[in-house]
Amino acid sequence: MVDNTTESYALRMVNIEKYFGLVCALRNINLEVGRNEIIGLIGDNGAGKSTMVKILTGVYPPTSGELYVAGRKVDLRTYNVKKAHEHGIETVYQDRSLGEKQVLWRNFFIGREITLPFGFLNVKKEKEISSEIMVNTIGFRGKGITVDSNVSLLSGGERQGVAIGRAMYFQAELIILDEPTTALSLKEVQKVIAFVQKIKEGGKSCIYISHDIEDVYEISDRFVIMDRGEIVASIAKKDITLKALDEFLLEYSHGMKDKEEK
Amino acid sequence: MKPRKSSPLSFLGKIEGLPIAIVLLVLYIVFIITAPLVFQGYRIYMSFLQTVPPLLVCGLGLTFVITAGEIDLSFSAVMAFSGFIFAWGYKTFPAPWGPWFSVLLALASGGLVGYINGLLVAKLRVPSIMATLAAQFFWSGLSVLLAGGKSWSIEGITTNIVHTVFVGRLFGIVPAQAFWALGLAIVLWFILNRHKFGEEVMFVGDNEDVARVMGINVEATKIKLFTMMGVIAAFGALLLTIEMNTYFDTQGAGFLLPTMAAVFIGGTSIAGGAGSIVGSFFGAYIIGSLDAGVVATGIGGYWTQLVSGLVMTASVVLNILISEGSIARFAARLPRWATFGRSSPDVETPKIMKKGGR
Ligand SMILES: Nc1ncnc2c1ncn2[C@@H]1O[C@H](COP(=O)(O)OP(=O)(O)O)[C@@H](O)[C@H]1O
Ligand SMILES: [Mg+2]
Repeated sequence: MVDNTTESYALRMVNIEKYFGLVCALRNINLEVGRNEIIGLIGDNGAGKSTMVKILTGVYPPTSGELYVAGRKVDLRTYNVKKAHEHGIETVYQDRSLGEKQVLWRNFFIGREITLPFGFLNVKKEKEISSEIMVNTIGFRGKGITVDSNVSLLSGGERQGVAIGRAMYFQAELIILDEPTTALSLKEVQKVIAFVQKIKEGGKSCIYISHDIEDVYEISDRFVIMDRGEIVASIAKKDITLKALDEFLLEYSHGMKDKEEK
Repeated sequence: MKPRKSSPLSFLGKIEGLPIAIVLLVLYIVFIITAPLVFQGYRIYMSFLQTVPPLLVCGLGLTFVITAGEIDLSFSAVMAFSGFIFAWGYKTFPAPWGPWFSVLLALASGGLVGYINGLLVAKLRVPSIMATLAAQFFWSGLSVLLAGGKSWSIEGITTNIVHTVFVGRLFGIVPAQAFWALGLAIVLWFILNRHKFGEEVMFVGDNEDVARVMGINVEATKIKLFTMMGVIAAFGALLLTIEMNTYFDTQGAGFLLPTMAAVFIGGTSIAGGAGSIVGSFFGAYIIGSLDAGVVATGIGGYWTQLVSGLVMTASVVLNILISEGSIARFAARLPRWATFGRSSPDVETPKIMKKGGR
């Protein structure tokens, strides 16, 4: 099923809803991510950002709604992480991207192993490519980190470097970063931001989730604001200054507070 | 960021199961010195090769389960249940194919128990300690019921080919079960360390969320895992039952804690995410040698438990000291002490949107 009218979108969600039991985590989500667009997704804890990300990446299905990737409707009954990877959707999480006790080469290929007959791992090949990613894509050089190092020995920034390098190696069309900078030092945050700018230059799309409004403002083309499971605003960067955005968010939250108090 | 220097000792941590192999070696040296009459002969070692394999086989399976961050307390009941199924099958189906059919039946019965455990844990999200504890009672209870509360001797098995294949004596002295256990250990080492399934088990045990977002079917992995554990425990039951020519109504009961001890002293972490087949292999031989060894030294049977406790503690401590992680951590800390650390003072409190007021 090809929907020709949506070809300019990398991804489109139509009326997505998600219930966990009786709890409604997402309702009425309609969002398009344009080709080569960087979306800054903003919202309080529990607003439903991560839930939306997990639906996009096939971790779990929505209760209802439709999902289009590159103009094509996705069959949500069979959609899963593998299919999302095949569609070029990659995710970098704050703390859920890497197996901490595992060596790096396993982390690069987990879920899409290079295998020999009968499901045995082609360890040699996986290690070769891993070390290539580490040197060429991530730029780990002479730091005593090898493909055989355990993730637990890496700093927060190095871990995000690995997760991001992995996403780049697998040629993501859309990279979703879910609070990738929460545990990082300022210097490391700058690296992540530089990486998002690289995504933009490379013609790919990105959804960037962060609580740091300044960072979000700097790198995004458009801001999408979520609250309690709903998208409440979508503002292009050219239509708003950082100060105005900050005030908008503040005002908005006060408004919600007043409502709650009544 | 500073280059990480690796300690000159760090290669020690890379040899899988080294600490526990050292403990086993030291233990045998102590036994050879304190009980020379027994431990300088070969008979005691042949007897270990006969008695340890059922425990060892279960320990290999349990290594996978614990690596996945789960536990199985029901395998000792499988040793009874599948042992009974074999005894019953052997009596019921005629030779020449009856005994072989009974072997398959016994393995399948273990697989069934494990599959049900897996469904309870993965689909209904019953914590594995609870699901398998209940299973432990249920399946040992069922075996007692089916066997009429009695032990069954398996007549004529000593002359059957099944007996020769599983527990015969190679070159007239070496118990075949030792080779089965060794072979299984090698196969399972490759599955844990060099196969997709083993990698999935490690990631699931490390962090289920990570496993899920990286596309691992966590539920399917757990069901496979428990089913495999059941089949492996049934194999242990076969080695035990055929060696003894009897299904004992109490068989399996004493295996639970020693097997767990073997896995833990072998260096498999209770926290999940990493497991050592080599460690469990030597761990099983340590646990299986302690009783007989301590008795042979002549200090008296009362001492066995105390010595066992000491050896276990020593093994676990040694494992922690030699493990790759701690050596690397130790090495990484060295420059930090000298340079006031590389922890970053430039971390800023993240600006959280003040919103919602919840
Ligand atoms: N697996 C789950 N089961 C039940 N409730 C969930 C689950 N995941 C998220 N939720 C709920 O959905 C809501 C949105 O959560 P989340 O998407 O993590 O928010 P955010 O990422 O914006 O902080 C929260 O109320 C949370 O408690
Ligand atoms: Mg979140």
